[in-house]
Amino acid sequence: MNPISRRKLITGGLVTAAGVAGVAAGVPLAKKYGLIPPDCRGVYGPGETLTYGVQRLLTTNAMARTFPREMISKVPFANEIAPPSDAFKKLEAGGFAEWKLAVNGIVARPTVFSLSDLKRMPVHSHITEVSCEEGWSYIAEWIGTPLHGVLREAGVLPQARYIVYRSIEKDWWESVDMADAMHPQTLLTYAMNDGELPVKFGGPLRLRVPRQLGYKSVKFVVGLTATDSMKGFGKGLGSASPEAGYAWYAGI
Amino acid sequence: MPATASLPQTTIRRHTTLVRVTHWLTFVCFVALLVTGLAIVVSHPRFYWGETGNVNMQPAFVIPIPASRATVPTGYNYVMPDHNGAGRYLHFEAAWGLVLTALVYGIAGIWTGHFRKNLLAGRGEWSWRPYWKRTAQYLRMSRPDTDEAGAYNVLQKAAYAGTVFVLFPAVIWTGLALSPGFNAAFPFFVNVLGGRQSARTLHFLVTIALVIFFVVHVVMVAVSGFRSRMRGMITGRVGDEEEGA
Repeated sequence: MNPISRRKLITGGLVTAAGVAGVAAGVPLAKKYGLIPPDCRGVYGPGETLTYGVQRLLTTNAMARTFPREMISKVPFANEIAPPSDAFKKLEAGGFAEWKLAVNGIVARPTVFSLSDLKRMPVHSHITEVSCEEGWSYIAEWIGTPLHGVLREAGVLPQARYIVYRSIEKDWWESVDMADAMHPQTLLTYAMNDGELPVKFGGPLRLRVPRQLGYKSVKFVVGLTATDSMKGFGKGLGSASPEAGYAWYAGI
Repeated sequence: MPATASLPQTTIRRHTTLVRVTHWLTFVCFVALLVTGLAIVVSHPRFYWGETGNVNMQPAFVIPIPASRATVPTGYNYVMPDHNGAGRYLHFEAAWGLVLTALVYGIAGIWTGHFRKNLLAGRGEWSWRPYWKRTAQYLRMSRPDTDEAGAYNVLQKAAYAGTVFVLFPAVIWTGLALSPGFNAAFPFFVNVLGGRQSARTLHFLVTIALVIFFVVHVVMVAVSGFRSRMRGMITGRVGDEEEGA
């Protein structure tokens, strides 16, 4: 063995050792600053963790792109949904007057909001793009009340790390971290463009998360739960999406 | 570096460790990105220009294949198997592999002079003449000049430099432009391309260009001596009696 390759061997060894030590020191730090997604395990874990961690460092306070009114899509596409459940049809027959949003978990005042309660809260709107993971997109104006107002009303505790939200339809639930939950553009939307939010676009209540792909904007929302851990929610991967093979964090 | 005793004097040191390791890492990531990219594209094999696009809008072009989603009208009475979820997970993981490899290669390429020495046009290569000359040589399929044993000719340099400095940065840029989180922080990335759907279409077209490079690259390696070239890229060394083969 000649001396150059020995030197290379030593340098390589040192670099590897430094890398291992860096990862060992970095993981607890990343956990502490909330840079590790719930679906961080398995073969795709490293990629997901890098994407989520880096975006949380770079984009936490960034605002989703908004568009001028004339760019609102004339023909927005409503993705296919399963036939509505009996529970949904019953509420629909009553004009959604009895639609309720239950807010619980680690909050000071678990609260049930009716649609009219939500409509009395501050109104916010934005013209943003819905981007599906399949590749298509459309722009619409989304009108509703910011999620952070609803969470403050219920007195969300500082230990909360995720907000879990559920559709009235079975097995349709997601969660976002507090950066997205408290983000000013994250809206509980009940209106779209110039009218009520149509059922096919998620009416009467849809949570819009405009900095993530469309599948994070769950339709027909009936419940919010604040939690400090995703353990105990489904398989603990953060939402129904990773259980179906899709990434929990959809800001890519 | 003095030649070591165990190797014949005629052995040529062709590729550095840096180039070989990053070459194969790039290869693995590229193949993973290509396969998973296909899995993603079949869920909506239609392409649009501008900011928005969906099945209610006129596409710029469509790939004439069945889709993996029943909501996409393709003219085929068949829905492809859907691997979008796993495809996306692996696509972004492989993209990280590619980006990190590119960072190492890019920094080291400048630092060690690899770009300047091996990829950028050298003295006397800034006119059309050497390009025409080498093209004619290729067309006649004549043996390469002996000075090509340890260095790239002008056409190889142009192909590799174009891939390294244009196509790979473009595919990474157009890919990043599709991330709604990244776009929020850096809207310039997507706006300069003319919108989200334009970025998606360009991402696809640049991929086609990369595939063309890949196919030509493999064909040229095969016709110029597959074993010798593979040995060069794996061990870094090539015996010069094999070079012209």
